[in-house]
Amino acid sequence: MSDVASSARGDLILSHLTKSYGDFTAVNDLSLTIPKGSFFALLGPSGCGKTTTLRMIAGLEEPTQGTISLGVTDITHTKPYQRPINTVFQNYALFPHLTIFENIAFGLRRRGIKDVDEAVNKALNLVELPHLAQRKPTQLSGGQQQRIALARAIVNRPALLLLDEPLGALDLKLRRQMQIELKWIQKEVGITFVHVTHDQEEAMTMADTIAVMNEGQIEQMGSPADLYDNPETAFVANFLGQSNLIKGTISGNDGDNQIIDLFGQKISLRKNRSHAVDNSIYAGIRPEKFRISRLETATSGNVLTGGKVEDVSYIGVSTQYQVLMPWGQELMVFEQNDDGVAPFSVGESVNISWEPSFTFGLRGDEDAEAGTEVNPDEDPDE
Amino acid sequence: MTQSQGFKIRTPYLLLLPGMAFLLTFFIFPLINLAQTSTQTPVGGGDTGQYEQSLRLQNYVDAFIENREQFGRSFLYATIATILALLIAYPLAYAIAFKGGKLKNLMLVLVIAPFFTSFLLRTVAWKQILGEEGFVVPPLRTLGIISESTTLTSSAFAVVAGMTYNFLPFMTLPLYASIDRIDPRTLEASGDLYANGFTTFRKVTLPLSMPGVVAGTLLTFIPAAGDYVNAAILGSPTTKMLGNVIESRYFRIVDYPTAAALSFTLMISILILVTFYVRKAGTEELV
Repeated sequence: MSDVASSARGDLILSHLTKSYGDFTAVNDLSLTIPKGSFFALLGPSGCGKTTTLRMIAGLEEPTQGTISLGVTDITHTKPYQRPINTVFQNYALFPHLTIFENIAFGLRRRGIKDVDEAVNKALNLVELPHLAQRKPTQLSGGQQQRIALARAIVNRPALLLLDEPLGALDLKLRRQMQIELKWIQKEVGITFVHVTHDQEEAMTMADTIAVMNEGQIEQMGSPADLYDNPETAFVANFLGQSNLIKGTISGNDGDNQIIDLFGQKISLRKNRSHAVDNSIYAGIRPEKFRISRLETATSGNVLTGGKVEDVSYIGVSTQYQVLMPWGQELMVFEQNDDGVAPFSVGESVNISWEPSFTFGLRGDEDAEAGTEVNPDEDPDE
Repeated sequence: MTQSQGFKIRTPYLLLLPGMAFLLTFFIFPLINLAQTSTQTPVGGGDTGQYEQSLRLQNYVDAFIENREQFGRSFLYATIATILALLIAYPLAYAIAFKGGKLKNLMLVLVIAPFFTSFLLRTVAWKQILGEEGFVVPPLRTLGIISESTTLTSSAFAVVAGMTYNFLPFMTLPLYASIDRIDPRTLEASGDLYANGFTTFRKVTLPLSMPGVVAGTLLTFIPAAGDYVNAAILGSPTTKMLGNVIESRYFRIVDYPTAAALSFTLMISILILVTFYVRKAGTEELV
């Protein structure tokens, strides 16, 4: 898409955005276009710069360098209260001295909007809490406060709605329910949502487009399916779900495929899914894409032989295996419990196979552990 | 009911006992005594300071009419000092709470540091500060802000300045406590919801700090209205407050009934004003 077209449409354009605190660079030369009307997620571990990016968009932090534009308007140095942008804060930040009604009416009153009553009641109905209008925030549960924070922002019909870990303080069940609701509300009101989260499942459930951030930069951007199926870096491969990354070398070409040598065994990889820059490569396969088979069973596609089952965990819908390969690496295999094949037991010799089109290739000089140590549920604050 | 349950129920009362006993002995009894004194009349043909118990309520009317000027002055000075202290303490408390950072505790210690010297000594020091040779008067004269003949000591200005200074910590500390409790994210949220700095202060910061404003103004106004030290040291005969009258009636003129009646009138007036003020401020609505 061209910059001119996206400006005219009212997209949010971040251009070479940088934020430094002394020696520490929180956001490093970040450029990004968020299409109008989309549900966009900034996903990354604690300290990756996602919240700083959000705060710069809101106007709560001044960028060290770079510009922020909304459509054709440069808002880099506009005061927060002059931006057509509203935020749902991490811990809601409702005004404790005002009723729910006055909390929601706050933005409307500041702008001198008429028909405050009607707008507030509509917003309360949207979040399905019209009966709480006269309560104080402390009388509400966490989930209710979350919805009121959303109503307080949405009622202003901003050009852009920012959500800073909005579901972080809710329990798991409520979080899942709110994810679905938020997605529905976004479709209903048609406002651009920019959602910051460290929870990959949350980002994948709700967002049209996800930008995975790491150390102040965007690692990869795309639809949830793109990111999951074809990660371009080890960080993305490990942060979004789990991946098996096997070190290898590119030993040749076969039409649209590259032939990869993995410790003496040959497999193939689609060229358009290979992100290697030289002959050194990591072949990546998601655990659920693997098929595990006994030695006598015929297998097709990519096959790795010589595995030995090290560990079996039966978890209902699937069985998870740890398979030790001849080169000493343990591979994760998730098998659906739907094919009637007797489960494998510890110590059994097995082969592993998969559809060649599922393979993705990463640069061989990457850190295969990048993005794995991060526990997504560990630290909601940044 | 077991023995331990009985003990649990009695515990709060046991804890209240020492305080109640103390208040009864040193507050309630003297107060009753004071009430009795306030309606006494001089013994016919007796010496100065000899009074007998009667129920002369006219004492109150006489005392008030005779000293209404000082009465009004007490409340006027106390009000001005309270407003000045609030105007000085609010920015101070705000700065300590939100911008204090690592220096927060040091700044709080500095706020109460004056307490390490005697109240009297500090008030006497103000005499020097506002005196002819001090560092306030000469520059003001040079700049022509005050005329050559104007002095600052022995004036209403000096009394109010002294009171403002002396009660400033009582204003600052409760203000700090309530401003410090404000979640800074609510201020960010206000900015995010189209309120500029001034509106945010008016609609969010100030309402949320009201408990501190009420506590601070009460802790300043009540002692200031009854104060006599500042007027005695920094004032002149024309700036006498009710406290000074009570003091001289008791200790110099030995007119106990009038002194007692004035004390009661002052106390009741403050009580009524405070009740009205707290109702008006509506702090019970606040979290």
